Amino acid sequence: MNSAPANPAAVRADQIHAGYAAADVLRGISLSVEPGQVFAIVGPNGSGKSTLLRVLAGSMRRRGGTVEICGRPLESYDRRALAKVVASVAQENQVAFRFTVLELVLMGRAPHLGAFRFESHADLEIAREALAHFDLLEFAHRHVEELSGGERKRVFLARALAQQPRVVMLDEPTAFLDLRHVAGIFARFRELAAERAMAVIATLHDLNAAATYADRVMLLKDGVAVATGTPVEVLTEENLRRVYELEVYVGRNPSTGALAILPSGRPPARA
Amino acid sequence: MIQSGGAPQISRVGAGFDDLAGAHLTRGRMLAIVSALAALTAAAALIATAFGSVHISLERALFDPASPDHVIFVAARLPRVMMGIAVGAVLASVGAALQALVRNPLAEGGILGISGGSAFGAILALVFASRIGAGQSVVPIFAFAAALLSTLAVYRIAQVDGQLEPFTLLLVGVIFNAFWGAAIMLVNSVVNLYYAHTILFWLMGSLEAPTWREVAVVSGLGAAGFAVLMSKARDLNLLSLGDETAAELGVEINALRRNIFIATSLMIGAAVSVSGIISFVGLIVPHVLRLAFGSDHRLLLPASLLGGAAFMVLADLAARVVIAPAEIPVGAITALCGGPFFIYMLRRQDRGALSL
Repeated sequence: MNSAPANPAAVRADQIHAGYAAADVLRGISLSVEPGQVFAIVGPNGSGKSTLLRVLAGSMRRRGGTVEICGRPLESYDRRALAKVVASVAQENQVAFRFTVLELVLMGRAPHLGAFRFESHADLEIAREALAHFDLLEFAHRHVEELSGGERKRVFLARALAQQPRVVMLDEPTAFLDLRHVAGIFARFRELAAERAMAVIATLHDLNAAATYADRVMLLKDGVAVATGTPVEVLTEENLRRVYELEVYVGRNPSTGALAILPSGRPPARA
Repeated sequence: MIQSGGAPQISRVGAGFDDLAGAHLTRGRMLAIVSALAALTAAAALIATAFGSVHISLERALFDPASPDHVIFVAARLPRVMMGIAVGAVLASVGAALQALVRNPLAEGGILGISGGSAFGAILALVFASRIGAGQSVVPIFAFAAALLSTLAVYRIAQVDGQLEPFTLLLVGVIFNAFWGAAIMLVNSVVNLYYAHTILFWLMGSLEAPTWREVAVVSGLGAAGFAVLMSKARDLNLLSLGDETAAELGVEINALRRNIFIATSLMIGAAVSVSGIISFVGLIVPHVLRLAFGSDHRLLLPASLLGGAAFMVLADLAARVVIAPAEIPVGAITALCGGPFFIYMLRRQDRGALSL
């Protein structure tokens, strides 16, 4: 996974510390994600996955460490400039008023447009392409509030794509989706990452999704990276047992050769 | 760099956008709707100028400067209709902006108690500023300052764990309204009778007997505030997605909030200083327009401006003629329409229309 030195990492973080009030949530996290890579952040509930994502996206202040986006310090971007480079999709998404699916996806063009400018044909083309990527074209006229949770999630992913970012940050992108859409969305993001040299960073509960779709995985526990590397390097029985405090079986999917992870024992009894 | 617009885009192989037509706001659609609403407002203004408690002949009013018809037309009816246009336009567009800011379709200057605070400020200025030699011109300034303070207070108090709870916000509004009502009555009971009628006027909301100077004040300040709102229309759309997502789409949230607070307070202060507390216009008009034309604030704001003007002019016509020659305060008319409407919206909200 080495890139030419002339190409800066899409995201590079060094020794990040962050937290809420008195609690330290992240304690010295470092990572580097190359353009075109799919990078998964996994770990138990409360391990700091979402916090890490929010810090990298510039939505949460950190207490220490540095973050660089496309070779420039995060702080050197103003909000609009950052929105042209980084797109984020939160785990839960609200829409306060009635907007159509197309209107919502076109909101992704906002960082590229002035206050009064109407969306051009180029913007519409980009939005249409984003809709098509997530099988939403026939939904363009529908109101977002009328859609199911899974459909709505895809609308927000399409909005992020319409931003034409260099980096996409997804917080549990497949939380409300069925198996087919999980596979479809990851396949889509892998294609797009390769095609556009776009980096994809996603937090995932689902270890099998991380094993199957990520180029690199970071395993978090209590705000510390226990391991970072390829799925085979990181998602070992030993590492997972330590992090989840559970006996885990790691095998291979006989048809694809990808890792297959299953719990194999009960959690140890606590004192 | 702006990637779109600029150089003419060479369309790809027959890339039409028929499949997307009507699913988003275009310049053509916006112009058509705004023109239609402008025509509607003009029609409402014409009707309201032609009718009143006294019958006048438009022909004499326009062409015979010596006739009483002319005097009634120029000195009474025309400024009153102009005032209705300005106040209605201000209240409805402020309502739309406040709703976007707090992400709550039930928010409105009157309901949130901002108009009440503003009226209290105006009354203080009226009663006490004259004693220290300051003229009437301080009234809009006090109304603005009080509106701004009320807005900030409502916004702060309604926040629970950094989130604006929809129902907490409305409750805070209820409490503020009761509080400001009591404060105004307190002032009323300590000042002499001379002010009592004026204070009642502020409490009820009325367009009675405006001067051209007042029309100019509310139009000028209203236009300035509205220009700020319009320049933030796209940001207000993004705000519907929540503060964090809006920020991730390039919105400077704190600066936006500050601008909207100041612009809406300026507008409410201007309206209240000339017409008192007129509630529910900012609730009814944007809601109906949102249902009809969608939520894009680039259209919703100007549509509310025009729709509010038309609504107010017609409500004021009703206020003038229903029990002529006596008058009903127009604030009573809007509240009589708005109360049931508010309850209807609240019930709809139970079914999830608010949060998603």
